[in-house]
Amino acid sequence: MGTVTEIKPFTAQDYKADIHNDWCPGCGDFGILSAIQMALAKLQIPPYRAAVVSGIGCSAKAAHYMNTYAFHTLHGRVMPCVTALKLANHDLTVIGAGGDGDAYGIGGGHFVAGGRRNLDITYVVFNNDVYALTKGQASPTIGKGQRTKSMPEESIMEAINPVLLALACGYTFVARGYALDTKYLVDLIAQAIQHRGSSLVDVLQTCPTYNDLHSKSWYAEQVEGQPRLYKLDGTDYDPVVHNPEDPAEITRKKAQALIRSQDPSGRIALGVYYKLEVPTYEDYLKRKITALESKPLAQLDVYHRDITPNLRNLT
Amino acid sequence: MRGKSADLSFSWMIGGPQGSGINVSAEMFAKALSRAGYYVFGQIEYHSNIKGKHSAYRLRIASEPLASHVEAVHLLSALDEETLVGDLYHEFPAHPGHVHEMAPGGAILYDREYRKFLDWIERDDVQFWEMPYAELLERALEEAGKPGQARAYRIMNNSMVLGASVGVLGFDFEAAAVAIRDSFGAKAGRVAEMNVLAARHACNYAREHFTGKLSYQLPPVPEPREQMLIKGTQAVGLGKLQAGCGIQTYYPISPATDESVYLEENQREHSIVVLQTEDEVSAIDAAVMAAHGGVRAATSTSGPGFALMPEGLGFAAMTEAPGPVLVNYQRGGPSTGLPTRWEQGDLSFALSAGQGDIPRIVIASGDIEESFFDTFDAFNYADRYQLPVIVLVDKHLSSSYQTLPLFDTSRLKIDRGALFEGEGNGHGEYFRHAFTPSGVSPRSIPGQPGGAFWTTTDEHDPRGHITESISNRLLMMEKRMGKLKLASNEISDEKKFRLVGSGETPVLALAWGSSKGAIVDALRHADPEGRRYSFLQIRMMRPFPVEQVRRMVERAGKVVCFDGNYSEQLARLVREETGFQPQHRVVKYDGRPFSEDEIVAALEHAVAGGPERIVISGGRVVGPEFAPAEFERMIELRRKHGKMLPPMVPLPPGYNR
Repeated sequence: MGTVTEIKPFTAQDYKADIHNDWCPGCGDFGILSAIQMALAKLQIPPYRAAVVSGIGCSAKAAHYMNTYAFHTLHGRVMPCVTALKLANHDLTVIGAGGDGDAYGIGGGHFVAGGRRNLDITYVVFNNDVYALTKGQASPTIGKGQRTKSMPEESIMEAINPVLLALACGYTFVARGYALDTKYLVDLIAQAIQHRGSSLVDVLQTCPTYNDLHSKSWYAEQVEGQPRLYKLDGTDYDPVVHNPEDPAEITRKKAQALIRSQDPSGRIALGVYYKLEVPTYEDYLKRKITALESKPLAQLDVYHRDITPNLRNLT
Repeated sequence: MRGKSADLSFSWMIGGPQGSGINVSAEMFAKALSRAGYYVFGQIEYHSNIKGKHSAYRLRIASEPLASHVEAVHLLSALDEETLVGDLYHEFPAHPGHVHEMAPGGAILYDREYRKFLDWIERDDVQFWEMPYAELLERALEEAGKPGQARAYRIMNNSMVLGASVGVLGFDFEAAAVAIRDSFGAKAGRVAEMNVLAARHACNYAREHFTGKLSYQLPPVPEPREQMLIKGTQAVGLGKLQAGCGIQTYYPISPATDESVYLEENQREHSIVVLQTEDEVSAIDAAVMAAHGGVRAATSTSGPGFALMPEGLGFAAMTEAPGPVLVNYQRGGPSTGLPTRWEQGDLSFALSAGQGDIPRIVIASGDIEESFFDTFDAFNYADRYQLPVIVLVDKHLSSSYQTLPLFDTSRLKIDRGALFEGEGNGHGEYFRHAFTPSGVSPRSIPGQPGGAFWTTTDEHDPRGHITESISNRLLMMEKRMGKLKLASNEISDEKKFRLVGSGETPVLALAWGSSKGAIVDALRHADPEGRRYSFLQIRMMRPFPVEQVRRMVERAGKVVCFDGNYSEQLARLVREETGFQPQHRVVKYDGRPFSEDEIVAALEHAVAGGPERIVISGGRVVGPEFAPAEFERMIELRRKHGKMLPPMVPLPPGYNR
């Protein structure tokens, strides 16, 4: 945990549930789970103030391994659930945890709307290119012509570029991590949580059981004499929109993110691709519903609404 | 005139193209009448279309309470030719117009523009009164300093219809003028005044030419009481507001959307979040999650949207969410069906939607007032039993207007059910799905210290972790499903059913949902002493009041069950729950709600020894030959006036005979 001098009441251990974990040995999920727990500890968010909402699939079991409020919901519906929980209580740190099929396949329409809303939530996508819990069918992130050992035939559909999709939908924080580089992932997830607005952290992840194409060794390969994976932090890439009022700058920053996310050389950049600070959905809502300035929705008084003026209006 | 009931009230109708403001005209008139102390029931029929297609709006007006419409029309205003001669523009005509609905002695105020269609009409017992609306409008515009612009201001015809009606009926014009001004709101002062002016010209013209020719008059009511003129979607919305609903999710769909829009209009005042989602799947799942988040949550939809929602019912039931409240506005199905027309076709679906055994409460509101109180109660049930609650309403209930006394909210109490009251950090000894004597586990609110929990849509143990254990499965199924027994024991009979009449009569009418109004009115008018008919309205479809209903149906001489669907869904439910088969099943599936006359016709047919299954349409009992005959009548009409009509495809000879 690095050098910690101040007193930290919460450690990563405080976010870990004491329950048997049934992921396959060597699964990339372990790294992502740890990163979420460590990011929460890094930010000192009390476990009862955090909620992890997962969909269905291997990734979804992450909710059970968290010692926070934890909702293991439905396939593809992470975003509607995250949205509603955040609206119910905007003081909660709400983290969505879903797979690539969950987020970009069955949940595609919800993913789009989640970006448009720009609620202050974080969506961590466990991206391993396969539907693992159903034994390895192609997911939306596997490329055309690719075939893992679990697929009977190669895919004849294009892969989704999650970074590009997120930019198109309006996510205001878009990052890509790697499950086996936990330390860096902790940093990305912590930044995503701290960002005010809808954040996507797409996490490249190995599936040692079904995905033999994108294995640990594949990610470690050299491409054109350089490592396949590299960090944007070490380059001159600047993801931040410095003037949110300037549409031209927004377009430029999105364009550079697109170019970087789809590198024809096959190299993959990790890090923050795009960051824009603009008012969130909650900010706009508070302008309309001023009571939300002082209290979350779930804590507003429901016992004393007076509808008499409404009734009189109908006379 | 077909119904015996028509003489007890006055029936007014306006027909015209959508977008011409006929609904505004009718609602302004209804408002003026309501304020003047009359009882009004307003019922609209319209197409799934924005501009051009035919709509018709009926107002039934009386000096005693009423809750339904009748077939007969006493004063009809025609703003299009379709009102006079029916739909001429489609291969299969939508309707034959409204002249055949006229009561003898009634009058038709038609726009001079449609004079040529009078030749088509074969009614000599009805008065035809021509209104030169264009000319009157021109005069009004001249007075307002805008001569020669009658075409541009043609939309004001709707105010002129109101003026003409008021003139004919001897109603106070100034009261109508107030309603016109109110309808335009404070901002549109000048436009409102022009409408008042145009209406005044129409009123004066009608007074001058038609006074004394109609036997119905609407004199001032002495000491009018204060009452609302309220629409079903408003009543449901108000029920949600009164219940403290904190979030409404929805995806736009007819005829449910008006409720969400009404709530959004009240967003600032009552601090309710209205979330327009990307689809109905998101709408219900978000509502489930908001309920988990500690907010009273609701969603509203109609058939096609409801068809996307079953996964959310399972989600709510399995994770024992306190809700949501799902209001389903039934419309004609299957699939897109009849988007703006009536049907009670979703009863079986509401009871069974979703995989596996889903505990749910299903309420069916019978009228606008009930829909307010039922919606309020639904939130208490959701919190108390931690399951989804479905409120079934329909297009007729939701889009009709009725005069009602202000809702008495003084006895309504909010019950949030069992809440966890512990403290600490993180997961302590709190189990979200703990086994308890009642089957209900106290719930914590996310963010509450010590209340952190797991939950999952997988089968789970009391902690909320996945398990496929046999003993746990048995216990959990019993826990979840047992909550329905608890609800059944705790909820009072008056919320489950309502008996009108003694229940000792030779005939018991059995029905659910918005047919209630027509049945209550029919019984009051056709059997004022209550010797022939009683009426059992079932309000709670699950948990079903099995023993109570069985007692009543078995005691009755003859049970006549009314269903607004083809497949006799209520009769099937009664049979399933009680083993009793109603002797007569009356069904209506033509997309239009039961009128009072249709109820009377069906009851009389059943009493006279009619068949077990009685089909109703167009105000009467119909046989299989009915539709082909109507169809052929329209072909004949087109043949006579062949030039302007597209061809129709004839039915094969002997079709359905």
